[in-house]
Amino acid sequence: MCSYITEKTAIHGSAKGADGWSSVASAQVYFDHPYHVALDHALSIDFMTGDATRKVAVEMSADSARALVASILAALESGAQAHG
Amino acid sequence: MSYRGMIADIVSFKGFHGATGEAYYARPSGKGPFPGVVLIHHMPGWDDWTMEATRKLAHHGFAAIAPHLYFRHAPGTPDDLAAKARAAGGASDAEVVGDVKGAMDFLRAQSEGNGKVGVMGFCSGGRHTFLAACQLEGVDAAVNCWGGNVVVDDASQLSPLLRPVAPIDLTEGLKAPLLGLFGNDDKNPSPTHVNTLEAKLTSLGKAHEFHRYDGAGHGFFASERPNYRVEQANDGWQKTYAFFHKHLG
Repeated sequence: MCSYITEKTAIHGSAKGADGWSSVASAQVYFDHPYHVALDHALSIDFMTGDATRKVAVEMSADSARALVASILAALESGAQAHG
Repeated sequence: MSYRGMIADIVSFKGFHGATGEAYYARPSGKGPFPGVVLIHHMPGWDDWTMEATRKLAHHGFAAIAPHLYFRHAPGTPDDLAAKARAAGGASDAEVVGDVKGAMDFLRAQSEGNGKVGVMGFCSGGRHTFLAACQLEGVDAAVNCWGGNVVVDDASQLSPLLRPVAPIDLTEGLKAPLLGLFGNDDKNPSPTHVNTLEAKLTSLGKAHEFHRYDGAGHGFFASERPNYRVEQANDGWQKTYAFFHKHLG
């Protein structure tokens, strides 16, 4: 079933889409039927611009998402150490 | 019987509160008269598969319209608008039912229509189909494909503005015959949900025909997804055509 469950978080950053770079104000994260990837359910992240007129979207398998989370945390850790 | 020639295009329709939206409309070539079907897309939006399914219905003799339920969030591509709708908690039930009514009115205004209109939907669209059939006048037949959350286990899923009522609690208002297609491996609706809904329909004397498929889960018509089940999907489509031709012919 399509769920309405969406996790939202504020973002300070930028993203590059088809129209170039733009500021990103929020991300909505959900595990639901995807729009594009050939999976029944996908972990999807929509990075939304401040006026919510554009998004940069990714859809991935649950395993990919968990691996990505681990990679993000590892990168933050190692980067923080490297940069003192 | 199949209709190999067809006309498919983007059209305008008047939705909830008179708002003008866009819809995908496909019908067989020729003057008709053709029975009409409103096809309700699932939550990811007005996607390619929705349009394929609309054309599939046209190929089998129906004038079919798929309203874009997220048109109020324009501009943007259908997936952009789906993201905006999701950010807003999804389209409200009142809005969707109003848009379905508008799409039904569109069909009845077309010279090629025969005046009969059915409603069909998948996943959240199956739920919307049930809601529309319970709340609107003039629905002549309804096909609910694995609509979840018709039976609401957890009242926190409801919200006063968006989804105020568990659809099953509206069953008394159902006037159209209902075809239900479900996969026995689905979690929402689970076989228990399906049994609960069928018991409600039976207790109220509502005309219905439910088919439960072994070896199928959720969304088993979706030929571009791993959950696709060719035999069950083919059978489900055949039952859909027969049901609509019987009640809309």
